[in-house]
Amino acid sequence: MNPTFIDIKEFRQHMENLRRKGMDFLRDLIGMDWGDEGLGAIYALENTATGENIQVAIRCESRDNAHIPTVCDIWSVAELYEREIYDFYGIIFDHHPDMRRLYLRNDWVGHPLRKDYDESEALNPIRMENESPEDVQRPYEIAEEAQLKELAKQTNKIHGDQYIINIGPQHPATHGVLRFRLALDGEEIRKIDIHCGYIHRGIEKMSEKLTYPQILALTDRLDYLSAHQNRHALCMCIEKAIGIEVTERTQYIRTIMDELQRIDSHLLFLSCAAMDLGAITTFIYGFRDREKILDIFEEVTGGRLIQNYNVIGGVQADITPDFAHKVKEYCKYQKGKIKEYNDVFTNNIITQKRMIGVGVLTREDAISYGCTGGSGRASGWACDVRKRHPYALYDKVDFKEIIYNNGDCYDRFLVRIDEIKESIHIIEQLIDNIPEGDYKVKTKPIIRIPEGRYSAAVEGSRGEFGVFIESRGEKSPYRLKFRPMGLPLIAAMHKILKGAKVADLIAIGATLDYVIPDIDR
Amino acid sequence: MKKPAIKSIPYEEFKDNETLESLIAELNKERTNVLVSKLDDLINWGRSNSLWSLTFATSCCGIEFMAVGAARYDFARFGFEVTRNSPRQADLIMVAGTITHKMAPVLKRLYDQMAEPKYVVAVGGCAISGGPFKGSYHVLNGVDKIIPVDVYIPGCPPRPEAMLYGMMQLQRKVKVENFFGDKNRKHSRKEMQDSPIIVTNVPDSLNEKKNQQ
Amino acid sequence: MFDFSTITTAIDQFLRDIMPSQAALLVECVLVALCAVLAYVMFAIVMIFMERKVCAAFQCRLGPMRVGPWGLLQVFADVFKMLIKEIISINNSDKVLYNLAPYLVVMSSVLTFCCLPFGEGLLVLDFNIGIFFIMAASSFGVLGILLAGWSSNNKFSMIGAVRSGAQMISYELSIGICLLTIVVMSGTMQISELVEAQRDGWFIFKGHLPAVIAFIIYLIAGNAETNRAPFDLPEAESELTAGFHTEYSGMHFGFFYVAEFMNLFIVAGIASTLFLGGWMPLHISGFDSFNTIMDYIPGVIWFLGKTFFVIWVLMWIRWTFPRLRIDQVVSLEWKYLVPIGLLNLLIMTLCVVMGWIF
Repeated sequence: MNPTFIDIKEFRQHMENLRRKGMDFLRDLIGMDWGDEGLGAIYALENTATGENIQVAIRCESRDNAHIPTVCDIWSVAELYEREIYDFYGIIFDHHPDMRRLYLRNDWVGHPLRKDYDESEALNPIRMENESPEDVQRPYEIAEEAQLKELAKQTNKIHGDQYIINIGPQHPATHGVLRFRLALDGEEIRKIDIHCGYIHRGIEKMSEKLTYPQILALTDRLDYLSAHQNRHALCMCIEKAIGIEVTERTQYIRTIMDELQRIDSHLLFLSCAAMDLGAITTFIYGFRDREKILDIFEEVTGGRLIQNYNVIGGVQADITPDFAHKVKEYCKYQKGKIKEYNDVFTNNIITQKRMIGVGVLTREDAISYGCTGGSGRASGWACDVRKRHPYALYDKVDFKEIIYNNGDCYDRFLVRIDEIKESIHIIEQLIDNIPEGDYKVKTKPIIRIPEGRYSAAVEGSRGEFGVFIESRGEKSPYRLKFRPMGLPLIAAMHKILKGAKVADLIAIGATLDYVIPDIDR
Repeated sequence: MKKPAIKSIPYEEFKDNETLESLIAELNKERTNVLVSKLDDLINWGRSNSLWSLTFATSCCGIEFMAVGAARYDFARFGFEVTRNSPRQADLIMVAGTITHKMAPVLKRLYDQMAEPKYVVAVGGCAISGGPFKGSYHVLNGVDKIIPVDVYIPGCPPRPEAMLYGMMQLQRKVKVENFFGDKNRKHSRKEMQDSPIIVTNVPDSLNEKKNQQ
Repeated sequence: MFDFSTITTAIDQFLRDIMPSQAALLVECVLVALCAVLAYVMFAIVMIFMERKVCAAFQCRLGPMRVGPWGLLQVFADVFKMLIKEIISINNSDKVLYNLAPYLVVMSSVLTFCCLPFGEGLLVLDFNIGIFFIMAASSFGVLGILLAGWSSNNKFSMIGAVRSGAQMISYELSIGICLLTIVVMSGTMQISELVEAQRDGWFIFKGHLPAVIAFIIYLIAGNAETNRAPFDLPEAESELTAGFHTEYSGMHFGFFYVAEFMNLFIVAGIASTLFLGGWMPLHISGFDSFNTIMDYIPGVIWFLGKTFFVIWVLMWIRWTFPRLRIDQVVSLEWKYLVPIGLLNLLIMTLCVVMGWIF
């Protein structure tokens, strides 16, 4: 799909019109460096009512002083996306309330995803001193504009005289290295400021130098709990671009593996949510059952957590002869265990008191923040990519899209539990019918994607995982962008946290179910 | 020659005995009296069997670390029972995952906050050398550039068995150490006095005041 | 039943024979203190081992296995390590209070520990306001926790300490009301007399409904008092990293750790003393032969058996239940437990006045 370029003067008006026409979901916002043609951004939009997709692009001529009007008042999620682009490309978004770097340290020199970025160690050595505590830096300000003042009031700027605590980067409940700066009033949270980038590994920049098969290895390590789905997305995108059709057998294997991975991820979600709420036994139960999936993975792919299984044109190796038997056995086992989780954890009165009515995310906010996956579906938004844009075999199998309507922690929890059942249901439909055939089609030794822009999306374990490739016909992409599943979730955090307590933050964080390396990439 | 024993695994079955032997030779250059060395043995027995790790995980390896603690692998069997969330109470830090430029000072600070004796285990390719992200602009190529590492556990991510093996190697290493004479201190006492550790989570104004001093 | 006071009297007599009575008293004090502390440490070690094995059993794990047979020596290894571990002094902390806090916590729990009747004549402090003393001694442990949080110069600690203050002071009330219920029933505050009064039936049977309610409230409140899940908010691992003892290392942390376990023992010990008959065997009036057989089992075993049963129940709860939120903790106490407890006290008084107890 090729984007329509909009002139910068009409841009704001155009975007407002699009929103009015029902384009309410900003799927992705991709920063671009087109070299001599200037910097820019591509907005991927979707109409959630009709499923219509469009892409809009904007380009600014000046490289040193690039400005684009913000759209974060139209789509809330743009607030963090635009900060990301500012961080990576140095494009300033006019009227953005909080123009700071998102991932890199605020004393970082240069904008790494620009093509003219200087990677030398001398400019950015490993700095061992702490970041300056005043981390609100606004590179520009137009103080006379009343609107901007109003926006600034709503920002997450935390004042020094508030009772501030840091949750993270090393904290047991952030599931990685995310950092929340909280301003507290007693136990209640007044403001939250989110700092990402503690595990920003620069995968997108690295990809621009690697060949396509090499990039595949990095996708598994983005969100290691949806390693299969991530890789599936990239493979699908490349296969679409070079025009190869994978075999029926591959489709079956990929779909089954995707669903197994989803169960694996949801079991881990259950475990971690339980542990964050203090029920440690449930944590161990989840891990006990998860090991059984890992056994299957290990036998087929050779890897436990990171499998490196999908390759361009198929899968790495054929499934083992007793794969079907093992998977069926596992499905039978897992169905019985779900009752156990409910007995020991879900139906516990304390669990329900901690979760019901806590951290409500409304449907409108879920769409505006682009919270896909289980968190979006718990708010009543039917956002499953498997239903919206079916891929692999999802249009052939029968499964329900789990939707709850309250949008609180308890619903987010239940969505995942029910999705385990649905995934088992999908697997059971496929496992007996895996057709004979090749597990992989032959591809050229060096894969070059014809010039153009390509995108693909899959339903990862915790939301829509998208891949965008802009190719110039080389063996490496000109620009590769992954749509993170977690970034919209943490963007919505301060909305959800209104009036919550410190303990609620933990419950909300646990049920939103983000994985930090996927946010930071 | 002192051969540190691990229950049910003979000394010869361990790989990399040479490194351990050279360490023993280095530590035992000066002879100590019997009483002190017996006491050392007792202390080392206690320490090596009670290595509580800090819950520190940045990425994929952290999930495998959790798996090691869970039902199937259960590192509580070896005495690594409790994972402490506060660095003050932890004995070792398992650096599980990629360390980026932004995380490096945090890791260093966590390490500084730990009480002696403290050990570092680098888990996975990323922590050892940068792993698959070696070429990235924002990744630290090996944690040994900022903190001293005792045991390296390769893998991407390492299997739980590999982690247990690495922990056993650390146990062996702890078993040959000398408590008396401060030989194994990671920070000398003087260094501790000269540069006191900055406390986390104090009001910003307090830290600023200190910086001005 | 074997009366331990014969031994203690004999030792007392022997000491008084060989030295002046003042000196004898001093020696006795030292001996008793030594025994009490030794027993304290011993029970702490047993408790920690038990906790690990019990939790492992609940979680389909094995627990400590490698150090000693079945991991029996695991806790000793931990103690050795803890003793040697460096104690860090913190910048900008209130040094005196910071160092005092762990001792306060341990002191309060040792004092309370001394009041437990392990067997007939086998208790250190026994005077006419024993229950009152237990309440007083156990309640200054919260002071140690508050000071620890305050002096650490760490915000997590501070929140943990404030939570703990709110929680422990609230739940003290429920414990007091429950104990008062039993005092009303038995008419005495002396520990030994309380146990003696259960010779023909434990209070939980004698006092029927009100005693059972008091027992349940006591277990809930006691659990809260020991800061264990579902009431482990002061140290809430996933929220405050380690709560009030975040900045403590080495043996200072060890004191908090040990005191937490021993408080559990004490809560269970008091529960078994006041509700389950203490060291008194199970007697059913009328079945004399049965009673005689029960009398052959030593009182110490009865006491420890009951205590560890209560501990096991509390551990079961601890490893199964998720954590409450602070407002839920406080509202549980003030909106439910205190009113129910007061009503229960009224019922008990009515029962006693009307003679409805057995």
